[in-house]
This record gives sequence, C-alpha cells and structure tokens, in this order.
Amino acid sequence: MSHNESLYAVDVADLTVAYRDKPVLWDIDMQVPTGVLMAIIGPNGAGKTTLIKSILGLIKPAAGQVLIFGRPYDQQRHEVGYVPQRGSVDWDFPTSVLDVVMMGRYGALGWIRRPGSKERQKALEALNKVGMADFAGRQISQLSGGQQQRVFLARALVQEASVYFMDEPFQGVDAKTERAIIVILQELRSSGKTVVVVHHDLQTIPEYFDWVTLLNVRRIASGPVAEVFTEDNLRSAYGGLVAFKSQAGTVNSNNMK
Amino acid sequence: MTSAQIEIQLIAAVVAAACALPGVFLILRRTAMMSDAISHAILLGIVLAFLVTEDLTSPFLIVAATLTGVLTVLLVEILHKTRLVKEDAAIGLVFPVLFSIGVILIARFAGSVHLDTDAVLLGELAFAPFNRLVVFGVDIGPRSLYLMGGILVINLVFILLFFKELKLSTFDAGLAASLGFMPWILHYGLMTLVSVTAVGAFDAVGSILVVALMIGPPAAAYLLTERLSSMLILSAIIGIVGAIAGFWIANWTDVSIAGTMASMIGVVFVLVYVFSPGRGLLATVRRRILQKWEFALAMLVIHLSQHENQPEAVNECRADHLTEHIRWNAEFARRVVRLAKHRELIVETNGHLRLTSVGHSLAARRVVG
Repeated sequence: MSHNESLYAVDVADLTVAYRDKPVLWDIDMQVPTGVLMAIIGPNGAGKTTLIKSILGLIKPAAGQVLIFGRPYDQQRHEVGYVPQRGSVDWDFPTSVLDVVMMGRYGALGWIRRPGSKERQKALEALNKVGMADFAGRQISQLSGGQQQRVFLARALVQEASVYFMDEPFQGVDAKTERAIIVILQELRSSGKTVVVVHHDLQTIPEYFDWVTLLNVRRIASGPVAEVFTEDNLRSAYGGLVAFKSQAGTVNSNNMK
Repeated sequence: MTSAQIEIQLIAAVVAAACALPGVFLILRRTAMMSDAISHAILLGIVLAFLVTEDLTSPFLIVAATLTGVLTVLLVEILHKTRLVKEDAAIGLVFPVLFSIGVILIARFAGSVHLDTDAVLLGELAFAPFNRLVVFGVDIGPRSLYLMGGILVINLVFILLFFKELKLSTFDAGLAASLGFMPWILHYGLMTLVSVTAVGAFDAVGSILVVALMIGPPAAAYLLTERLSSMLILSAIIGIVGAIAGFWIANWTDVSIAGTMASMIGVVFVLVYVFSPGRGLLATVRRRILQKWEFALAMLVIHLSQHENQPEAVNECRADHLTEHIRWNAEFARRVVRLAKHRELIVETNGHLRLTSVGHSLAARRVVG
C-alpha cells in the first residue's frame, strides 16, 4: 500500500463535537501510527464512542479534521472497518449469522450488486476464524452476547480493511471469548493492520494493547502504553477515583462496575 | 362470479400486496405509526391539488399527495431532532395539523364534489369498477387496478433493486453510513414508496385502513419467518388472503369491503399469533410446560445422585419422601417419578429409587450446565 502522504493511519486534528452548546469532544488531536493496537479509554460520557463516530463521518463535527492514511474519510472508506456497539442493532431482525457477516462485503460490492458465492466464501472463512462456523445458518436472535460479538468481529474481518474501529468489543463477553477476540486483534496487528478499540477494563490495557489514548472530553494523553498509561494521566482522565499501584503493575478502577 | 366481483378482488389483492411490501420495512424500522401519519396527511395534498386542477383524476393529485407524505416525514424528523419531543409525539403533532387543514379545505371549498370526509376515511372499493380506464376509445379495465398495479411494480422494483441496501440500513444504519450507503436517502426513498402506496390505496380503502394493510400482514409474517425475503413474500400473501376473504365476507354480509378486508387481516394476525410454530402463543406455552417437566426431572436425578451411597439414602431416595425434600406435592412427585421411570432415568425397588446409567449422565450434565 502506498500511504506515503502520512505516517499515520488516523490523524485527528482540532476535532470538536458539540450537542447544541455542550461540547462532547473539545479540540482533540490524536495521531495513530500504522500497525498499532490502540485502546481509547476514559470515564462514561468521555466521548469515546463519539470520537469513533466522528472519525467515521457518522457525526458531523463542529470543527476539526480527520485523515485516514492522509486523506479524508470518504475517499478511504474501503480502508476502514467498523464494529459498532453490540447493543446498537436489533438482534431480532429476521436474518441469519452468515447474512450478517456478508454485510461486511457490501461496501466492496457497492450499490445494487448482490453478494454471491465469493462473498459467501469469505464470510464462512471469517466465521471459521472467530469459531462460529457451526452457527452460519442460525437466526441471529439465538446468539448469546459473546457470540453476537464474534459475529460482528467476523463481519469486520471480511471488510478486509487497513484500519479497524471497534466500539467496546469486549462488552458483556465471558473470559474465553475475550481471549479469543484479543488473539484475533493481535493477529490483525501483526499483519500490519491498525486497530482502534474503545475499551473499559483498565487492568488489561498493558497486556492487550501497545498504544493508548486517554480521553475525557479533552484528550488527556495519547501514545505508547509504556509512556502514557501513568498514574498522573489516569487521574486526569478519571478524576480521583482511580487507585494506581504502579509497583505491582496493576491498576484498579473504583468507578468501573 | 361477475366481472365486477373479479375486478374488485383483483384490485383488493393488488392493494394489499402493494401495501404489505413497504410495511415490512416500517415494522422492522419501528416506525409503523409513520404509515398512519402519511396516510392521513396526504389528504391535504389531494385537496390542494384538486383545488388547483379541479379534476379528481388528474395525476397531479398523486404527485402532490406523495409530496405531502414525504413532507410529513420531514416535519416529524425536524421536530424530533430538536430533542424537545419524542418521535411518537412528533408524529402525533404533525399529521393531525396537515390532515385537519385538508378536512377544513374540503368543507369550505369542495363540498359539492365527490371528495367527502367519509370517502376519505373509509374509501369505497365497491365503486372502483365504475371508474374505467379508456384508451383510444377502448375500455381496458378499472382505473384503480392500473394505478395500484403500477404502484405495486414500483415497490417491487425498488425493493428488489435495493434489497441489500435496505436490509443493511434497516439492520445497522451505522455500518451502512460508514460504508457510504447514505441511509437517509434509502429512508426517504422508502417513505416516498409508503406515500405513493398510501395515495393509491387511499382511493380504494381509505386512509385508516391503509394502516391496517401496511402493518397487519408484516406483523403476522414477522412471527412466521426468520428471513427478510420470506417475510416480504409472506406479508404479500397474508395481505392478499385477507383481502380476498374480506371481499367475500363483505359480499355475503353486505357490508363495507374495506372494513372486512382489514378485519380479516386482523383475524389472520390473531391466528398467526396463537398458532405460529416458532413464536406463537401455543408454542410458547407448550415450551414452558415442557421446560417445567424437564427441570423437574433434572431436579429429581440430581437429588438422587447427591444422596446415593450415603447413609441417609434409604430415607432420601424414596418416592414418598420427595414431597418433604424437594417440596413437591404428592401428585406432582408421583408424576415426575413415573416420567423418570418411563425415560429409564431411574428404577424403583420397594419404594427405593435408584439412578440408571442414563440418569447418572443426565445428573452429571445438568449439574455442570
């Protein structure tokens, strides 16, 4: 791929988003280098989902600009994969698991063209990869929360994007599914993809991610986990609610469930 | 059957199918009440266009009414976006305003023509065959059959062409937008279809029953299938069945055809709601009863497995003891034991219950699961 224009997979500059006069994101600058697995963390209402949605053009910002590999998002759609929050869709919708995964190919197909055997094949491969091959024909309402999340991940995989945005992919999944998902995300990173994940569990940050952005309406810090995942930054993002035990190498968060 | 009867049934079937197709997406997008708003608000467009053209058959009426329908959607969304009212309240605020302006205009300026409020609310299918389409002096059939047939074709073509886009934007508008499919264009496309269909059906069945035809069949089909494509097909079939059945009931009892059509769709919905094999009332009740017995069996085998080879087993593992230990009444305990014996989960010797190997494996599975 020739992304010579920019070193960054995602380059957010001076992004401000407001609902009426209330700023949700205030003057955000964030550069995500190509090939990192990055967590976006911050307390509830920090604007994590809003940041992702603004990057994807789903929310119109009041100011600022977003570049994906040096170009505006609408020129780079095919480079971007998106996993919305599991709860944002109606899982009683009359459709099958395989059908949902194939939706990830719709962008490459464009308007009107129907998915065919090639799309089917890719969807089955992705389902296999997330351990859901046996569920291809199932109606989606029969899935558990963890299975729904795997289906969404499979749908993102078939997008064959260069940079992925995932909104809380670990929400409400059991430990086994969480492991399975993080393994796939790390595989994506090793194959040169950039993965941006809205995350909630501070304890797993150093283990899972190599890059992190702390957010609380403003950008508190953004950079390698080793450098910016510090007590000071966490305190700025979460207020005084975070107990940080740096010597033990673990982090506890009192305001998380 | 007379030719008029055949023609009325044809029109009824075409109206029902044309309404059911966009109705599927209204149901899945949880905007069913938008059909109510649109079907009423189009009256204003019809009246305004009539006052300009003074011709009830002018195609301009259809265009104006459709535009009013889309305007209704737009106004509801603008009002909703202010975040001062919820969407249902916005619908309740917008369409009565437009509809009432239409009613006032009819009363004031159009009192002398066939555009009275009764016809608007209820329509009259029985008169449809009188209004003929004549081309080069040749009578080629009732006008509304061609009108609704054309609308049905438009709906079919739109849904077939944009099936994938409609499915994606209905299921996951966020992904659709991020992939560049512009869900709002599809939304307005769909709402235009709903408006055109409501305008066409308005003449035949009136504005209230349009809602029944748009919402009833898809709501029933939703309970019968797990695929969007079959939901569309089933909706059309249910609509047509309701329409034809409604026609004959109206014929035998000499009442309004539109009324019996809507009632029959209601009847079909109730039947589906009760008897649907997957999600119907009976299936749900049966599943609950089954679950109750399966659970009781699991409790029995787990109880027996926990007490077997224990000193107290002599007392615990007796049929007449279950009332005390699991708090079942004697009759229920007797039936559970009988069912367990029938399934070869346990054997009874002198009132003493012992697990078979099948019973052991069930107990092991249920304790873990």
